[in-house]
Amino acid sequence: MVLEKGSAVSQEHGHFDDRRMEAIMGRLLQIGVLSASFVMIAGGLLYMRAHFSETPNYRVFSSEPQRLRHFSGVLEGMKTGDPAAIIQLAVLLLIATPVARVVFALIAFLIEKDKLFVLISLIVLAVLLYGFLRPQ
Amino acid sequence: MTLSLFTGLLFFGSLTAGLLGALTGLGGGVVLVPLLTVFFHVDIRYAIGVSLISVIATSSGAAAAYVREGFSSVRIGMFLEVATTLGAILGAYLATVVHTQALAIIFGLVLIYSASVSWQQRKLAAVEVQGHSRWSDMLELSGTYPGRDGVPCKYEVENIPGGFGLMFVAGTLSGLLGIGSGAVKVLAMDRVMKVPFKVSTTTSNFMIGVTAAASAGIYLHRGLVAPGLAFPVMLGVLAGSLIGARYLVRARTAVLRSVFTLVVLALGVEMIVSGAAKWF
Repeated sequence: MVLEKGSAVSQEHGHFDDRRMEAIMGRLLQIGVLSASFVMIAGGLLYMRAHFSETPNYRVFSSEPQRLRHFSGVLEGMKTGDPAAIIQLAVLLLIATPVARVVFALIAFLIEKDKLFVLISLIVLAVLLYGFLRPQ
Repeated sequence: MTLSLFTGLLFFGSLTAGLLGALTGLGGGVVLVPLLTVFFHVDIRYAIGVSLISVIATSSGAAAAYVREGFSSVRIGMFLEVATTLGAILGAYLATVVHTQALAIIFGLVLIYSASVSWQQRKLAAVEVQGHSRWSDMLELSGTYPGRDGVPCKYEVENIPGGFGLMFVAGTLSGLLGIGSGAVKVLAMDRVMKVPFKVSTTTSNFMIGVTAAASAGIYLHRGLVAPGLAFPVMLGVLAGSLIGARYLVRARTAVLRSVFTLVVLALGVEMIVSGAAKWF
């Protein structure tokens, strides 16, 4: 029974299986990267225009300002059209893409009624959210 | 240097790093961080922050192509992601206590190791699975992949605790150095768990994105993701790796690959030497 899971054989029956799950997840990741890239290009071009005359220096480390480090700060910056905030929004979109993939896998395992992998997906999701929400 | 020149050079540098990463199978981050620190004099912490973001982009960008081939295993990936994400969180915390010079030296060592793995992969043949692993079925990690004549080939995984442990190490390196640690991931699956080569490389690609996402949030919150760097670098690495995956992999690359492996080796030595030199 177990061996048949995820096999190419079950694909022919047309019901929800691992292969279809992976196809949808691949598409999901592509959409995430594509939208992040568009936001990145828009933000980047605006950023270039705004900081045109400056000389970049990343030799010495100085932490980015608070407003560019948190979700709420980035949203705030979006309202004023801050180019750096638009770039950080693209970064947030990128980080969210693999997280969305794990959420999708979790839902798929729920549909398949695979308790073990629902649990495993939940653990991965919890670790991801911990990294994102409790950084200090 | 003006901003437009700096950004333009960064874009093409990152594009090259992405190409190299796709060509050697090592991923963009491994070449990107030394490029930023050695040639652009970017602080290694900024380089690692922006590299993590690029690693997520490459991994997700290549996903659709990998899925089409039908080799990846979502179950093996998810199971091992428990280890890699936990490791990534540990790595991101370690990054705050490890001195930047030590960081450079560790990075150099990983580069040299990765180069050697890439070198060996040229001649290693596929491993045949022997025996029967009970845990493989119990954890539902056994699977099939499309064989040459279209008949699905069955496979099982071995030494699950060993592979899981190595994946934790891979995750830690990823969170500490901002790389995908594809070389360690493939080693864990391919060598230790005896997962078929095609299955381990494609599954590793998916895992790299999830692993990097675990620590990228921490880097962002610490202010280590600089927008001025993220823009050219992320787009450059993504473009480079997509071009590399599409055109260069099919080309006759044996010679190119050897040359680039040497480049990675040289970058590793350079990072160790410059890291150690600053110490005195």
